[in-house]
Amino acid sequence: MITINVNGTPHQVEAEDGMPLLWVIRDVLNMTGTKYGCGVGSCGACTVLIDGAATRSCSFPAALAAGKNITTIEGLKTGDTLHKVQQAWIEAQAPQCGFCQSGQIMAAVALLKEKPQPTDAEIDAAMTNICRCGAYSQIRAAIHAAAKV
Amino acid sequence: MVSRRLVIFGGVAAAGGLAVGYALMPYSTLDRAKGMIAKEGATPLSAWVRIGTDNSVTVIVPHSEMGQGVHTSMPMMLAEELDADWSLVRMEQAPADMAFANRALAREYLRGDMSIPSWMSGVAEFGARKVAESMNLQITGGSTAVRFTGVRGMRMAGAAARWMLIKAAAAKWGVPESEIVAKQSKLSHASGKSATYGEMAAAAAAYDPPVDVPLKAKKDYTIVGQPIARFDIPGKVDGSAKYGIDVRLPNMSYAVIAASPVFGGTLKSVDEKPATAMKGVKKVVKLPAAVAVVADNTWRAKEALAALQPQWDEGQNANVTQATIFAGKEAALAKGGLTEDHASGNVDEALKGAKSVIEATYKVPFLAHAAMEVMNCTAHFEGDKLTIWGGFQDGLGAKARAAKAAGIPIDNVTLNHTAMGGGFGRRGGTLDYLDKAVAIARQVEGPVQVVFTREEDMTQDFYRHASLAKMRAAMDDKGKVTAWLHTFTEKHDPPEAIRVNYDFANQAARYASDTNPIPWGPWRSVDHTQQGFFIETFMDELAAAAGKDPFEFRRAHLEGAPRHKAVLELAAEMANWSVAPEAGRARGIAIRDAFGTIVAQVAEVSIGADGRARVHKVWSAVDPGEVINPATFTAQIQGGAIYGLTAALYGEISIDKGRVVQQNFPDYEMVRMAEAPVHEVRFIESGARTGGAGEPGTAPIAAAVGNAIFALTKKRIRELPFMKTTLTASTATGAANG
Repeated sequence: MITINVNGTPHQVEAEDGMPLLWVIRDVLNMTGTKYGCGVGSCGACTVLIDGAATRSCSFPAALAAGKNITTIEGLKTGDTLHKVQQAWIEAQAPQCGFCQSGQIMAAVALLKEKPQPTDAEIDAAMTNICRCGAYSQIRAAIHAAAKV
Repeated sequence: MVSRRLVIFGGVAAAGGLAVGYALMPYSTLDRAKGMIAKEGATPLSAWVRIGTDNSVTVIVPHSEMGQGVHTSMPMMLAEELDADWSLVRMEQAPADMAFANRALAREYLRGDMSIPSWMSGVAEFGARKVAESMNLQITGGSTAVRFTGVRGMRMAGAAARWMLIKAAAAKWGVPESEIVAKQSKLSHASGKSATYGEMAAAAAAYDPPVDVPLKAKKDYTIVGQPIARFDIPGKVDGSAKYGIDVRLPNMSYAVIAASPVFGGTLKSVDEKPATAMKGVKKVVKLPAAVAVVADNTWRAKEALAALQPQWDEGQNANVTQATIFAGKEAALAKGGLTEDHASGNVDEALKGAKSVIEATYKVPFLAHAAMEVMNCTAHFEGDKLTIWGGFQDGLGAKARAAKAAGIPIDNVTLNHTAMGGGFGRRGGTLDYLDKAVAIARQVEGPVQVVFTREEDMTQDFYRHASLAKMRAAMDDKGKVTAWLHTFTEKHDPPEAIRVNYDFANQAARYASDTNPIPWGPWRSVDHTQQGFFIETFMDELAAAAGKDPFEFRRAHLEGAPRHKAVLELAAEMANWSVAPEAGRARGIAIRDAFGTIVAQVAEVSIGADGRARVHKVWSAVDPGEVINPATFTAQIQGGAIYGLTAALYGEISIDKGRVVQQNFPDYEMVRMAEAPVHEVRFIESGARTGGAGEPGTAPIAAAVGNAIFALTKKRIRELPFMKTTLTASTATGAANG
């Protein structure tokens, strides 16, 4: 048994060696906002924040997350108020199918924390998640808009 | 009376032979539909719309949302004609039930405007009556939703409901119908009498919907044409939207599956012990051509499956390779006796008499869909009742397929729609994942979620087929094309993908079918993906051979196609075509007419230090006849272009030993943010028949990029993906266009 803190709540979970954090979040805690996309850390659909850093949870052993603060898409709101990145996502009408967007939003939150006014080049470097619908223009616009808030 | 009600239920006016078709539909369908959408305190005015006593308007949409905005654009069209207050409008996806078969869509097929492609009609084999069968459609594909359901169904239903409300108000207030104003979900009369739609809905329902109701003029639109925010977006930014893979049910198991890696192979044997010995594993399920492990979570199922060493009977295809497939295509074209797709003039004579003939051979590989959400389906048997959860482009077709797979009557199947993490054609008629889930659920107690790993998703897809084209053309000394002969392998849909809109006096397209065991499936824009590349690259080659500017050369061949010409001219104007781009860059142009929408694209590229093309900017000029929601349409054109650009730059599924080589994104690379071009989209609303949005943006991009690469490097790449060819920018500074 390990204890992981997800969105401020500690959970006692059974996770054998090597079990990625993604599957603990999705299948054990049943928090399905974090997505499986590739399982090899390539697409970024599974991105969560671990102590504030954007992390691909499909390739991060749950055991290593013990004692750290994990934030998932479900934990971004404050009460009923959306995070400014989520709000910007709605205003830019960024999602299409939406499946990658939890990961995109988490990556953007981490980027803006580190670089509150990112340039296009900094967005290119930080935002490496795949969006198969190709909503990149809207995602870029949403990040710039959130940076102004 | 009966037939009138049926007609409006379909949302279309009766015409000619179609009345026969409707007569074959069971009359109980309407009542069944109303029964299914009825809610306490709300009145259904037709199968498509329900008005609540709280004055809310709920629009029932028979299509699936996969990010194209259809769950918003359909209600927009209905609400416009209803004169509803948009803030009161809601959306509900129609149940996957025969009562909600989409007759507006079916009618387009029956009119002969389109044939029903077999891959789109999942339900067609289900049922007895031929005409009725073909009407049982809930397809989301072929960019059809707005074109057919919206134009012929939603608008008519909205206008009819408005008419019924006015009729009821006139009777109640004792005033002429013509004096009643219906606006913003409110009815009013100069006498001061007024009522909300909600207050009048119950009385309105007593009237039969009119057969023939006038529609609004475009100039009076207040909803259609506006960039209305989509209904589905809030749930997609906070993690609450539920996709198929997010279904969580009490006592649910998780299964991960591996099918025979060689297409057509079967499972010979598998030693189950390595899996069953592992923690959380409930069962190993053997299917004729696959093995699955059922466990208490996805990870354990995946690990246990990896521990198995299934023995496959690889069948007849174990020696198939990319080379043997293309050799088969070459042979099929060389053999002669090709099928003629279309012809005008006499192309063979014209080529024979030509002073010189220009020839080129083009090649494209297989492509996987790689939707972000891997294929998955959740199924639960309770006796002979089956419940399904998942994302399907055709809910009714999926339901029929599940019934067939389970060997039970369709009414024993309940299908629950989830959001779809991308479709692109994969979640339409190719429902292997549904069949597999049904087969596994048969052997599992309680609900089971069957998930493809990304590797399984990529290697067990239904692929955009590899194709080969040989083009021949001749020109007169003024640079006018006198003969155009297009031969190719593999023809699927849609028919217009093979056509050109240029005024060539003598032209023909002929094709060969080659047999290979790789499963085919519709892939965003279907045959346009390869035909756009063949046709518009060859057109560029002809321009170069004639020494003409590629834009001017195309324009000179569009005298008989004013809409196409206007779109081409707009794209050139947007891109400032006549002014050369900055040094080290060049532009290419291409135009396609796809799914009723004309798109011309200009792409501006440079060559990176890695020898690969980098696309900086794209300009798209688009004539879809009319635009329902400019924000979602723009996003569809941009996203469609990214989908096509990924294929053009990187996309290749190759075959070795009868199986797919590529396993996951690292070897099937995608365009990501850093490579996404700045893409400007502008529309021409010509008023022509409404065209589709989801697929047209994909069609011209490969050719536009390839033509830009040629302009920059003088190297003509005739094989996709472009990454297979290492490039160096021409040393000339100040690159020119085309």
